[in-house]
Amino acid sequence: MEREVYSNCFMCSVRCPIRVIEENDDVKWIEGNPHVAGIDGALCPRGSAGMSLLKDQERVQTPMIRTGPRGSGKWKRATWDEALDYVADKMKKIIKKYGGQSVVLGERTQQSTHVSKTFLKAIGSPNHFTHDALCKGSVNTACRSLFGYTDSQMGVDMGNSKHIVLYGRNIMESIEVKPTRSVMKALDKGAKLTYIDPRVTVTATKAHRYWMIRPGTDLALNYALMHVIIKERLYDKPYVDRWVKGFQELQAFVQPYTPEWAEEETGIPAQEMITLARELAKDKPSVLFHFGYRGANNSNEIYLRRSIMILNTLMGSIESKGGFFFKKGPGEVGGKPARKLTEQKFPKIEAVRFDKVGTPDFPLPDPNHGLGQMLPAAILNEDPYPIKALIVYRFDPLMSIPDNSLTLEALKKLDLVVSIEINYSDIAWYSDVILPESMFLERTDCPRQANGLKPQMFLRRQVVTPRYDTRHGAIILKQLGERLGIGDYFPYNTIEDLVKWQLEGTGFCFEDFEKKGFVAYTDKQIFWDRNDGIKLKTPSGKIEFVSSLLENAGFESFPAYEHFPSPPKNEFRLVVGRCALHTHVSTQNNPYLNEIVSENKLWINSSQAANLGISDGSLVTVASSRASGNIKAYVTDLIHPEVVFMLHGFGHQGERGTRAFNKGISDALLQENISDMIGGSPALHETLVTVKPA
Amino acid sequence: MSKYYLFQDAKKCIGCHSCEVICKSNKNLPVGPKVCQILTIGPRLVDSVPKAAYIFMPCFHCEDPWCVAACPTGAMQKRAKDGIVFIDHDLCVGCKTCMSACPWGAPQWDPELGKAVKCDYCMDRVDRGLKPACVTICTTSCLHFGESNEIPAIRRERYAKAVAALD
Repeated sequence: MEREVYSNCFMCSVRCPIRVIEENDDVKWIEGNPHVAGIDGALCPRGSAGMSLLKDQERVQTPMIRTGPRGSGKWKRATWDEALDYVADKMKKIIKKYGGQSVVLGERTQQSTHVSKTFLKAIGSPNHFTHDALCKGSVNTACRSLFGYTDSQMGVDMGNSKHIVLYGRNIMESIEVKPTRSVMKALDKGAKLTYIDPRVTVTATKAHRYWMIRPGTDLALNYALMHVIIKERLYDKPYVDRWVKGFQELQAFVQPYTPEWAEEETGIPAQEMITLARELAKDKPSVLFHFGYRGANNSNEIYLRRSIMILNTLMGSIESKGGFFFKKGPGEVGGKPARKLTEQKFPKIEAVRFDKVGTPDFPLPDPNHGLGQMLPAAILNEDPYPIKALIVYRFDPLMSIPDNSLTLEALKKLDLVVSIEINYSDIAWYSDVILPESMFLERTDCPRQANGLKPQMFLRRQVVTPRYDTRHGAIILKQLGERLGIGDYFPYNTIEDLVKWQLEGTGFCFEDFEKKGFVAYTDKQIFWDRNDGIKLKTPSGKIEFVSSLLENAGFESFPAYEHFPSPPKNEFRLVVGRCALHTHVSTQNNPYLNEIVSENKLWINSSQAANLGISDGSLVTVASSRASGNIKAYVTDLIHPEVVFMLHGFGHQGERGTRAFNKGISDALLQENISDMIGGSPALHETLVTVKPA
Repeated sequence: MSKYYLFQDAKKCIGCHSCEVICKSNKNLPVGPKVCQILTIGPRLVDSVPKAAYIFMPCFHCEDPWCVAACPTGAMQKRAKDGIVFIDHDLCVGCKTCMSACPWGAPQWDPELGKAVKCDYCMDRVDRGLKPACVTICTTSCLHFGESNEIPAIRRERYAKAVAALD
């Protein structure tokens, strides 16, 4: 007997709504949720490979306790009681000797993040961090500096846009189904697409205008666009007059940044910049400069992301159809969001965070996410205090934090490393204990509040029984908590209990999700009134070009542009990115996805390759100040001569993931751990590398 | 020719391979056979703009299929009611003659089954009033399936809009 279950995918963090068909405790079919506008049944390749993850015999099948040296691959299978007791005993000793703050938990944000935050608060540690800063910490800070909202509190109405400008936002390979379809919809209706990237991607092949910009100089381009827009009075004057604080300061600041000046810096002809500015002005306010998904390229990242959002503001496209909007929550229509365990009362924590976010060292990055890339230095220097235990949950510091050897050196100093994981990731392979989690088709999950033009709530539902001896992370943490004497903070026995507790007071119950997989707080799109109703959260209530957030912390709103130097002869900037088949570092071992893209290659410009004696497909050695490795070359005209490119997420070292083991190399091996010290993102595109035949 | 037509609106295809992956998931195929496949040609510069083609290759379900004529056991068949070309695995002996006969490489080898496999337009789904797996989930909805004269005139409409230039 077939059964239909509405749920959410979790092959990547986008969590698209899906419809699943189950029969005899097996998954027969997955498609995008046909009831969700903009999804309409569509499913990306990673979602299409969900069934093969369910069946994959290379998943972690039982709790594992390490028996040999770390990373040696010597394990014993354990029962849940053995594994949890082992972790709890070690943690008790560590907390007793070094305090609760000596425990750090890092994860990729997900529906049960409130459970892991609760776990840490209850043991007296301020040290929860998410992957977010590593991806887009500076985008978050940039948006708060202008609007008082984080980037994730803002959305993009691409389907109604008339002109979309993307700075390396490779939306047709780094796919989020709904936004990707929105762009296609806009193009169908005649919208223009401008794509700016040192490398030709699939998105570039679909664009009307493609600029192979000199790497690291997008900010110069944007200052020149502002120069033209202000000089030619192309901006939305009533909107700017009403909403902007600091327009005159901007006007004075961009005065010297002419298109001719920017042509020297970026390699883009001045006249083309002027043409773009005029084209956009014609279609304003239904135009948008996308602020990026990942925003972690250079050490001035916050100023690039601010410049993008300033351009949107000049076009009047903030809170506009076809532009950006502020996401509306249930409160906007008198509704209530699901409760979270973090709403409980906890003992006061005196210690500062391990990454010093919220102190004068890092006043601006978002303490809700922290700065994961600061973990190795904090451990190695015992600054601000000794860190002794690390729990990672759906997060791999070895492949996601730049400079793998520094991270490894730091992890060696820890007394305990625990992974809550589905696959034999690199960090799972290195851990003392692996606590295997059920994959998304095997578990119900906490509600997902989907704020937007129409606030909604989605629910992931268990479809089949777990294939192996795995549990939900929220159950694992609860059971660990019980052993540490903090069980009272987890008032549930099953995930279903927890969901019921969370839904209390929302007016919705489990059954409400069964028909379509989601509930809606309203059926109308909510746009605030652009003349008078935009509820900005900055101190001035305006869009702050001159930012009180920055200036009060001692940073400039408009620091003078610094020339970004070309690499020395025979050196390149290493840039990284995504393809449609893989999610970050987590899917490379999936049988179907690995079949299509099984390793990464090093893109290198044809003329540079000829000089270096490198032919297409040959093995090359790529080396940075941190490490070197061998990888196959992809020789092409379609990449800027100053950069080489590789896909992120390859070169796995967890041997039991046999398909991905040692295939290609990891960008984190080569990257230096340097950051935008104001905004919080790492500067992933500044590392210099050499390339030679292997 | 089957009475159906599977149309790929190449302008909307982003070469993501989701069609390939769902096809394998739906048919529970091992690593190896690609019953449908996206082939990327390019990218290269065309008038200084980068262009690429993402070509979708399922089975064409020919009117007079080479594979059916070549099959020595009668496993490869054309369905009488609608012309879908499919393999009856009870009769397939794994001789690979169909793979040699097809000019486009549509029949593939399933190493676990030891038999050929091919696109059958998901005829079990079609018989239930559904579309083939690839068409149902296509990320950008660039794949269309239906009776040959019922496919929307997407390219004509797009061209008409372009030449009308009412703006």
